[in-house]
Amino acid sequence: MANIKQLSKIPERLTSGHRLCPGCGASIAARMVLMGTDKPVVVGAATGCLEVATTIYPYTAWNTPYIHNAFENVAATISGVETAYNALKKKGKINKEIKFVAFGGDGGSYDIGLQAMSGAFERGHNFVYICYNNEAYENTGIQRSGATPKGASTTTAPAGKISYGKPQLRKDLTSIVAAHNIPYVAQSCISHWNDLVTKSQKAFAVEGPAFINVLALCHRGWRYPQSDTIKIAKLAVETGYWPMIEVENGKWRFTYKPKTRKPVADFLKPQGRFKHLFKEENKSVLEEIQQDIDRQWNYLEKLVQATS
Amino acid sequence: MKTVTKNSTNKIVALMGDQAVAEAMRQIDPDVVAAYPITPQTEIVMNFAQFVADGKVNTEMIPVESEHSAMSACVGSAAAGARTMTATSANGLALMWEIVYIAASTRLPIVMPVVNRALSGPINIHCDHSDTMGARDAGWIQVFSENPQEAYENTIVAVRIAEHKDILLPVMVCQDGFITSHGVEGVEIFPDEAIKKFIGEYKIERSLLDVDKPVTYGPLDLQDYYFEHKRQQAQAMESALKNIPGVLKEFNKTFGTSHDLIEEYKMDDAEIAIVVLSSTAGTTKEVVDKLREKGVKAGLIKPIFFRPFPKERIVKALSGVKAAAVLDRSDSFGAEGGPLFTEIKSSLYETKNKPFLVGYIFGLGGRDIFPQDIEHVYNDLEAIKKTGKINNLVTYLGVRD
Repeated sequence: MANIKQLSKIPERLTSGHRLCPGCGASIAARMVLMGTDKPVVVGAATGCLEVATTIYPYTAWNTPYIHNAFENVAATISGVETAYNALKKKGKINKEIKFVAFGGDGGSYDIGLQAMSGAFERGHNFVYICYNNEAYENTGIQRSGATPKGASTTTAPAGKISYGKPQLRKDLTSIVAAHNIPYVAQSCISHWNDLVTKSQKAFAVEGPAFINVLALCHRGWRYPQSDTIKIAKLAVETGYWPMIEVENGKWRFTYKPKTRKPVADFLKPQGRFKHLFKEENKSVLEEIQQDIDRQWNYLEKLVQATS
Repeated sequence: MKTVTKNSTNKIVALMGDQAVAEAMRQIDPDVVAAYPITPQTEIVMNFAQFVADGKVNTEMIPVESEHSAMSACVGSAAAGARTMTATSANGLALMWEIVYIAASTRLPIVMPVVNRALSGPINIHCDHSDTMGARDAGWIQVFSENPQEAYENTIVAVRIAEHKDILLPVMVCQDGFITSHGVEGVEIFPDEAIKKFIGEYKIERSLLDVDKPVTYGPLDLQDYYFEHKRQQAQAMESALKNIPGVLKEFNKTFGTSHDLIEEYKMDDAEIAIVVLSSTAGTTKEVVDKLREKGVKAGLIKPIFFRPFPKERIVKALSGVKAAAVLDRSDSFGAEGGPLFTEIKSSLYETKNKPFLVGYIFGLGGRDIFPQDIEHVYNDLEAIKKTGKINNLVTYLGVRD
């Protein structure tokens, strides 16, 4: 459990003055995750909003060592940094304990960076991978990704006269990562600071790779007022749209479970990207989405039972 | 570059070019090696992995899942201040392309042996220079080796060149796939201690691991600064051309070798000359010797460094020549000849008394080039010298039309 008083004493590693939007989920995620350790941290970032908005030369918002290399390779890059650290430590050239974290968006993690991420997990580097998941290529202007949910309207899978937006299901990246049998895997959400910081603490503490898939909303892409980020994030959790789970050494468990799951429509309705689903002709799609959520929830319940 | 043993105490070992490079890497003992297998480079990483497994080096190896990740990990490792190496060929180099540019622009002194192999398609595993020639504008220093001995020595020299404080650029150490990489020759191995002393300790100026002085690597760089940073990269390459000879001189002094930016073979009174890279230069020397016996004033220029391009040295070497042929082991489709040909032709533009210059494309996909092919080129040059007439500016040599 994180203690908010103690957390407030950890210096900000992502400082103010960056150019992310007000109400952006990425900076909230990054700041909370970086509260997960009091050790020095080296940050790697994939190309994306978090990268472009925090480091426009000659400025940087990073008050901690930071490296950006390219879009698809943050895991490989940080694996190189971590290995260099081990090599130099072995030779006595470094004696501090340093932690390593890679931030990739959903595009950089679910899609283009999946291979590099999988490779780094399989090799067992001691680092934390954070997918700050805003469910589309928001940085290039709201294009569909493997994380975009069914029914969402994006600029490359827009809703139209004969389309209800993305017809496919989003990929279950968290399960894919869990299949690597790494020591720690979790899903969390920026609305639940205690959950996210506690999971980050666990992720930094384990020996070997750790992964957290953080729902980090984008009001530009999701089309809701920027002041509503936390409100809508909470709805994602309360409707079961974003289950708060963790997998510790192969054991699945819910870290938070709503007493009764609200209908997923409560989460979808305030967002412009799902507006078309509430037209009469898309009623069946809305029903399908609820069924998909229920099925995934049941699957997770069974996983929890099976591994307990 | 080196035909006789300079120091009788040195070991002479029968090695393939790949093994010779692995041996250089053992002596360099880099902090980190991130690599992926690809023919014909694989023997480098295999042999080196055995050195790691046997505790002969202190290197941490990253057995990455692709060449893209190999170069990505190298960027992270080098930014963290570790002496970092990888190795690749052809499609592997092509896959890491994006990060090859990033490594150079981040000014990271990574050393990468490249075993030259034809790029797909069609897929082919044998030698040509299309892989590294395609990367000639990436901002890497490129050095080409004629035989396993040179591949061994160039790998060692490359570390000092890359890490030179007035250079700080990554280096590709090229050798011909299979012809050199899998050709066994006696290789003179210098003592481990002497190599260790020559390469020295590497200390990065701004380490990513300096947590007390945090540094940002790889920021977004827009219209207001990007151009200046690219200009600085060009200046680094200009500085490389100035500073490489000093490093080579020190190596020569220490090890009794004769490294240079280019090698000139029987060029003093040459009237006709061939310019060619890597192993084909060895074959050409044989032909030059044979022609010399017949009284033909033939010579050879072997550029060793292609980036930075030793323009002045090549122009000077060609200054007394009447007709010259540039042999390219890669094509540049739609251009007038291969990359070496166009580069040399452009270098000669300001020169008075230019030689007649023709280009040949040869050996693509590992097609053999025989002494008689090279003799044929010299015969063409004799004819051009006599008649002052060029029939074909660029000829495809040894291909079925």
